[in-house]
Amino acid sequence: MIEARSINKSFENKDVLKNINIIFERGKINQIIGQSGSGKTVLIKCLVGLFEVTSGDVIYDNRNFTRMSMKERKLLRQEIGMVFQGGALFDSMTVMDNVMFPLRMFSKGTKKEMQERADFCLDRVGLNDAGNLLPDEISGGMQKRVSIARAIALNPKYLFCDEPNSGLDPKTGVKIDDLIEEITLEFGITTVVNTHDMNSVIQHGDNINFIFEGTLEWQGNKKDFLDSGNERLNNFIYSTELLKRVKP
Amino acid sequence: MNFFVSFGSYLLLLKSTLGKPPSGKYFRRQLVDELSLIGLNSLGIVLIISVFMGAVLVIQAGYNLQNPLIPRFTIGNGVRESLILEFSPTIVSLILAGKIGSSISSQIGSMRVTEQIDALDIMGINSASFIIFPKIVAALFSFPFLITISMVTGMLGGYSAAVIWDIVSATDFILGLHLYFYPFEIIYALIKTIIFAFLIVTISAYHGYYVKGGALAVGKSSTKAVVYSSIAILTANVLITKLILI
Repeated sequence: MIEARSINKSFENKDVLKNINIIFERGKINQIIGQSGSGKTVLIKCLVGLFEVTSGDVIYDNRNFTRMSMKERKLLRQEIGMVFQGGALFDSMTVMDNVMFPLRMFSKGTKKEMQERADFCLDRVGLNDAGNLLPDEISGGMQKRVSIARAIALNPKYLFCDEPNSGLDPKTGVKIDDLIEEITLEFGITTVVNTHDMNSVIQHGDNINFIFEGTLEWQGNKKDFLDSGNERLNNFIYSTELLKRVKP
Repeated sequence: MNFFVSFGSYLLLLKSTLGKPPSGKYFRRQLVDELSLIGLNSLGIVLIISVFMGAVLVIQAGYNLQNPLIPRFTIGNGVRESLILEFSPTIVSLILAGKIGSSISSQIGSMRVTEQIDALDIMGINSASFIIFPKIVAALFSFPFLITISMVTGMLGGYSAAVIWDIVSATDFILGLHLYFYPFEIIYALIKTIIFAFLIVTISAYHGYYVKGGALAVGKSSTKAVVYSSIAILTANVLITKLILI
């Protein structure tokens, strides 16, 4: 479980996050949704420590990440996997080397064990034949899957996904979402997904957190998402012509 | 004010880079890659520049020293002094600042905008040390070799020009190269070179590491890296020369 307690974040006197309180539960897909510029990426970066919070605390299973020393943070980060919006694969390394990278850096296993783990992770995302290819030789969807394989290589307790299906066609986007859900349930991971893909929210949103202009505007799940009665949320959901047409 | 903020960030990046060297597993592999990129890949341009630099120095010296009272070996002597003291360490370093500096800055800048640096940080890896430290070590090893090769090649270029265009006889030129030679001048040149190498890599890495934005910002950071590295080289050159030679 990850807890965001009264998080505030400002950039040069501009308040980007205002008093955010969220609990991200274990074994569930916890989503952060909102318009571009609403502060969702800043929130996810505050949660993983890429941005320092202006005030407030981030608690990982009763461990206060915000007040940890750099050494303690480094240790905790080995329990975190992250899937970046663009994949963030190391372009000078092959797909296999990308997945092996965290294992080589932190795993105490033998070479054979590491190789087996990397094979398992690639197999898990359906890319066991792509190990020798370079990131620029595979499609965007495959890059995302490699990124997921790399993120789960060290058996993380916490998985963060920043817009995992952005830039992908709907079918591939669904595949990625399904994969993240399967992995979350299979390994009991606390997964935090930053998205503005409505299909993903309706399909997988166990714990949905709607951010509007830096504040937590609404919390709920996929069951009560479409009839929340929240005007701002409804404006966000039904902003596309397609959804306006199917609006109940 | 901006200068002090940037200088402070540069020092913090240095602290983070040199604080704790990365683990041996990847360091060795990266070092070999960087030695190839910084050292071997620069050899061609260093050879070409040095040959032509030496040749031009001989032609210009021959043109300026036509007084019969000045012995002809002075040409060889002047070429040697110019190459060892200034042309090879400083001019070649300036050229390398353009070649290596822009490459380092754009490589690290691209890693920043594609979130590869964030990915390293998330894994609990000191990204600054992991990326920049091997480049510094590779440059500190490569530059003295490149500059020494430049000195020798420059003199060979000068010798060829002297002989081909009959500016000075081979005997006089070689006599000039040998006369009044102080080995300390080589040490002075190599000290300069090592400092220039450090400046080029760290300043370029700084501009790449803190880049914000997209492809355009990477391009701008690359230009800034070359400009600031060149200014740093020229400033350091004056200070080192004053400290060591006078």
